[in-house]
Parts: sequence; C-alpha cells; structure tokens
Amino acid sequence: MMKPDMHLDSKKPTFFPKHQEALYKSLEDKHATVELDKSDPLATRMILNMGPQHPATHGVLRVLMELDGEIITKCRLDTGYLHRGIEKMAENKTYQEFMPYTDRMDYLSPYSNNVALCLAVERLASVDVPEKATYIRMICSELARISSHLLWLGTMIMDAGAISFFIWTFREREKIYDIFDEVAGHRFTVSHSRIGGVNNDLSPAAINKIKKFVQEFPAELASWHKLLDKNRIFIDRNEGVGSIGHEDAIDIGLAGPSLRATGIAYDVRTFDPYMFYADMDFEVPTRTEGDNLARYYCRMEEMAESVRIIEQCFDKMPEKGPIRLDNAKKSYPSKDEVYYSMEGLIHDFMMTDTGVCPPEGAEAYHAIEAPKGELGFYIQSDGTGHPWRLKIKSPSFSNLQGLETVLDGEMVADTVVIIGGLDPVMGDSDK
Amino acid sequence: MKTLNDIFDQITEAFGEEDFELSEQDAGDSWITVMPHRIHEVAKYLRDEQGLRFDSLMCLSGVHYSKEEMLGVTYHLYSTEFRHRLTLKVIMPQDDARLPSVEQIWKTADWHEREAYDMLGIVFEGHPDMRRILCPDDWEGHPLRKDYKEQEQYQNMKVPY
Repeated sequence: MMKPDMHLDSKKPTFFPKHQEALYKSLEDKHATVELDKSDPLATRMILNMGPQHPATHGVLRVLMELDGEIITKCRLDTGYLHRGIEKMAENKTYQEFMPYTDRMDYLSPYSNNVALCLAVERLASVDVPEKATYIRMICSELARISSHLLWLGTMIMDAGAISFFIWTFREREKIYDIFDEVAGHRFTVSHSRIGGVNNDLSPAAINKIKKFVQEFPAELASWHKLLDKNRIFIDRNEGVGSIGHEDAIDIGLAGPSLRATGIAYDVRTFDPYMFYADMDFEVPTRTEGDNLARYYCRMEEMAESVRIIEQCFDKMPEKGPIRLDNAKKSYPSKDEVYYSMEGLIHDFMMTDTGVCPPEGAEAYHAIEAPKGELGFYIQSDGTGHPWRLKIKSPSFSNLQGLETVLDGEMVADTVVIIGGLDPVMGDSDK
Repeated sequence: MKTLNDIFDQITEAFGEEDFELSEQDAGDSWITVMPHRIHEVAKYLRDEQGLRFDSLMCLSGVHYSKEEMLGVTYHLYSTEFRHRLTLKVIMPQDDARLPSVEQIWKTADWHEREAYDMLGIVFEGHPDMRRILCPDDWEGHPLRKDYKEQEQYQNMKVPY
C-alpha cells in the first residue's frame, strides 16, 4: 500500500531544490477548505505541477496543485518567473525615462500604464494637463481597454476549445495596432503619453481610423454575442466555474471585471473619477454570479461602453489647443521651440537630464481603472528627478492572489478556463 | 465620506494620542503614522468601526529610508461603502524590522506582505506563509534596499552581468 505522502519523498526536486522544498512545504501547510471524500476507494492524493512553461497559463505562471481524483483540494501559485525588477529600475531613472518600462508591464494595454504613471507624477508635482491632451489620453486608454479585452476574449475562448475565434479577435486588434501606429509611431509599446500632456496631436488620418473603428466595431461585437451567448459548449464550460462571492472577492482584493462580476460595481472611473470620466455618460457593467460566464459578460459589455466613451470624447474634444503643458520646468517644450530657440534646447536638455522634480518628502498614490483592474502607482519623492520609491499595485498581482482561493475545489480541467477568465498577465504581476 | 482629520480624531479618541501622528502635506497625500505594535488593532478598528469601514486594502508598500536607517510600510486603505481613503504609515528601525501582519484583517495583504518581505526584508509576524514571492527562496539579500548588493553566484550561475 502506498503511503499518502510517498510522492513527496520519492520525487525530490533537483532543480532549485531549496525553492521547491519551500513551495511544496507551503502547499502542505495550506489550510484545505475542500473536504476529501474518504470513502472513495479511488481517492489518491496527487501533486500536479502546471507551468511555468504551459501554453494555457498565459505566460510563466506555475500552479502547484494537490488533487483528489479530479478535484483540486488546494493549490499554491509560484510567481516571479518574469521578475525584472521594474521598481528598482525606476529608482535610477527620471520619471519620463521610466515610462517605456511601464509599457512592458501589462503589455496588452501599454497606453493605460503610461497614463497611470503620468497621472501619479502629475499629482505629485502639481502639473496641469491641457484639456485636449486629456481627451487624447482618454480615447487611447479606452482603445487599449478594447485591445486588452479582445486578447482576453480570443485566448479565453481558445482555452475553452474554439481555436478560430482567436483569429477574429486578432483581426480587430490588428486595427487597433494600426491606430496606435498612426497615433504614436509604435504599434505595441506606445509610450505616447508625456508628463504634462502627450507627445503629439492626433493626425487627421488617426482620427479617421479611430472613427472608422468605433463605427464598425459594435457590429462585430454583436456578431460575437450572437455566436457565444447561446453556445452550449461555451456556456457549459463557463457557467458556475470559478465562482467567488462578493465578500470574499473584495477581501482577497480581486480587481476590475473579475470583481464587478461578483456584484460590486467598483470602477475607479466612477468611484474616484480621474481625467474627464466624471462628465462621461457610461454604465459600469456588473453581474452577480461571480463565475466565469459573468466575467465574460462584464468584459463584453465593457467594450461596448468603451466605444461610447470614445464617441463622447470626440464630441467634446476641442478642435485646436495645446497638447502639452507650456511650462518648461515641468514638461518637455515643443519640438518647434527646441529646434529654433536656444532656451528651448536648454530646457529640452534639462528635462531629459533632470526631469520633473516633485517637492521633497511628498508622496502620492494614484490609481486608474486599467483594463484588468485597479492599477496604482505609489510614488515617494526625495526632491530629485528620480523617485525615492515607486511601488506598482498591479491588477494581475491581485487577481492571481485571488486565483489561489478560486481554484480550490474546482476540477483540474477547469484550471485553464479559470486562468483565462481572470486574465492575468505575468509581466504585470511579476513586475 | 470623512476627511483625514476626522479619521485621525476618531482614532486618537479610541486609542489615545501617544502612538499616532498626523502629517499634513501641501503636495500629494497626507498620512497618519502609527507605532508598529499598534497596527493590528488599529487596522481591525478601521475595518470594523461603523462610519469608517475600510474594507479594502488597495496597496501595501515597503519603503527603505536609508538615511534614517529605517524601514517603513505604507498602507493605502479605501472604503467601498463611504468612498473615503486613508494612508497609514508604520516606521521601524532597519535592524529590527518586525511588525504584526494584517493578513487576518485584509486577505489582500497576504501577497503584498510577502512582496515587502522579499524586496525589503520586513518580517510580518503572524503571517501564515512568510516566503519570498518574486525571488527564489534561497536568494540572498533584499533587492529594494538601498544598500543592496547582488550575490556573486546563484546555483553556479553568475549573477552580475
């Protein structure tokens, strides 16, 4: 007869032994919330490693699960495989220099990350942003939200078994990439926002592209609804899977659509409006079931709301106006000034060399509603152009922490769909 | 919705004045500093008290104040019911960086405290799973400390490039 703990002795890990031992021990020590059925003759405890190189874990996430038959009795996540030390890098960069690194955190919605950093620094250094720049930021942030949700939709449905859907969502994402190419000159890592405004105005071609996309996208969305909302396989795979109640969800710190799918209408855009979201007319989609299907509906409806926000931004955005603060101590001067005046050149040099200097000892926490949830930057200043401490509260980190609880008691085959439904990005979580 | 001054008055009324300090700032956020040994009861009070109800811990960050040889933890709290927010700070000496964990109060703190331990070496007493989270378990040193020096070798691999 096999001893229940034999697998632990016979399969001693050889790679990263100390780390593995600590992880396995932590799984042992975890308080199991799921009751084992002791009478089942087939009940054997088994430990299964999933990831870090598993195509369905959306990056380098490792899940260590203890199984009883097909049920996960408890699990531990092992993160940090994509840890690049972004917070340490920030301490050696000026605020503006740090921005390209934020692109590489949640690389599915880089524009939101740029805006989050800018808003935090602007709050700390009391920088006012011109109206037009804010509208440009809002339009692009909402496009980033659609882009991120499109990738989630494609991969999540691929996790549930339908491959071709991925291609359809990517066709739409491709259009958004083209828009960003036109707006910022980059398709993927945009870095378009600047402290005190944005880098350049929207060109007429970019405006046309965005307007065309906004016009055509709702029909596309409707056709996807038609395909999925009554699809038997899709619903069977997602309904009642990965459920979590609203009290647990807020206690464990779920963020974004995953939290709203439990019935809490917490959206930073309405709870603590930043930019001009207070003037916008939009709904915060919520569901009460808290399962994977509810998350699907929340995100699908959010995309439709994003389209509405973009349309309203175009209605309200002034035709002409500055796109960056005209104060050379706080923001980059325009290229015209740099090329044709000595002061402009000096200021440009000073901005690159020293950058914005918030007052000594000041600190600020500013959060925005990124596509995946609340993305916060906590910055402490020591009066120089570099942050003394910059901490990123990333939505994927919070959601993965929730995953450790959500997975307990689920079927092992549903792991993939649940990870897909929570939509973590490891670059965001591991920093 | 309560202002920081209201919340500070309420806390000092309940716990006395000696362990708390209000720092008001012109730029950015203002905060309340709490002595390390009081943090657990204060956190519980903030979460449960009628009219405060800070049910959500938005962010927990460790900070190294290397000039003062101190380590600090900053808590950003939010109440989804009343929509007010609060910044709490705890500061303790660098060579004895221990404070009670708030994991039992907000489960969000679980991973954030592990991160603060991993990056800055702050030990949270009473945390059920005080392991590193981003670095491997046998990594040496705490990378976000200002005096951090990376190790020469890790698992026979050269660390500094």
